[in-house]
Amino acid sequence: MVDAAQDTPGYNLVTIGEHKINIRPAVKEDLPNVVALDDRTTGLRKPDYWDDLFTRFGNRKDLRFFLIAEEGDTLLGCIFGEVRSWEFNSVPCGWVGTVSVEPNLRMGGIGSVLYKEICRCFRKAGVTKIRTMIPRDATDLMSFFRAQGMMAGPFIQLETDMEEGA
Amino acid sequence: MMSLQKATLFALYAVLELAEDTDRQLSASEIAERYNISTNHLAKVLRDLGRAGLVESVRGAGGGYRFCGNAKRTTLLDVVQLFEEVGTGPSSGIVQETNAGAALSQVMDEIEEITYATLLSISIDTMLKLMRKRRPEKPTSTGLFRAV
Ligand SMILES: CC(C)(COP(=O)(O)OP(=O)(O)OC[C@H]1O[C@@H](n2cnc3c(N)ncnc32)[C@H](O)[C@@H]1OP(=O)(O)O)[C@@H](O)C(=O)NCCC(=O)NCCS
Repeated sequence: MVDAAQDTPGYNLVTIGEHKINIRPAVKEDLPNVVALDDRTTGLRKPDYWDDLFTRFGNRKDLRFFLIAEEGDTLLGCIFGEVRSWEFNSVPCGWVGTVSVEPNLRMGGIGSVLYKEICRCFRKAGVTKIRTMIPRDATDLMSFFRAQGMMAGPFIQLETDMEEGA
Repeated sequence: MMSLQKATLFALYAVLELAEDTDRQLSASEIAERYNISTNHLAKVLRDLGRAGLVESVRGAGGGYRFCGNAKRTTLLDVVQLFEEVGTGPSSGIVQETNAGAALSQVMDEIEEITYATLLSISIDTMLKLMRKRRPEKPTSTGLFRAV
């Protein structure tokens, strides 16, 4: 259920069951909570990474989006993404960089709410294609994006270990 | 290149057809007719799916099979692996001991890993969403789509 009054992409009030979930762009004060959520999700504590990301993504509200979901003062999840246009002659697309939901609240629809909201932001920015890249073995993320209707795109990620002297 | 074995394909047809409407019961011959496949072979596949807890047979008039699995928790891989192995490399039939064989295996394993990850990430529920995105199918003259 979406609060009709919230019609600015990036802002929303969504009800899931008895929970009233507020979606809004992240502010600097959210960072400690985001760092802690990332730590609980990945086991890695990366305050500098998130600070840098916030500096880069927080400033470009037209093309870069860093959104959080909260209930009261409690952070439930976050997502970030940007409009990208650099891949091999491809038209600009909305690129989802990461999405993360509080571990004990997963499978409750919060990830989908964040995803839908960033899609609204992308649509407003004029793109119609959404892309992301995820580790093959990240089953939760793979299934999550599949459930949003994503299929394999036209790119394949390639890599190599650089040889000595290369 | 990667092609599903017949039994696997039949199983996927049956699961998707039945999962589309969990109230609907279809007999092996009704599904077989729709996909133009062997009823006997499909009947055997349906028994395997029954043992795996994905479909159940309903007795009596209008009886047939019904999907009874969890569409959100069952992946394509769950169904495929009942009938064939996926991602169990190293690629069978390739002589590993030679450089050519080892290099070929590396490539075949890459393909296999992508196949595995793809089948693992797509649930029956996600497939049903994909199916609904297509134009509605025309009801067939066999009355296959009647409500039971
Ligand atoms: C992926 C993730 C964001 C999903 O968030 P969520 O709030 O649980 O997602 P939703 O409840 O909206 O799920 C929507 C659909 O995705 C699918 N899905 C989500 N997680 C799944 C899982 N673990 N297994 C299978 N399917 C899953 C389901 O089909 C689900 O549909 P349903 O709710 O109708 O069953 C969450 O699991 C997460 O944060 N994982 C860790 C991700 C991570 O490592 N991020 C940091 C590095 S990038």
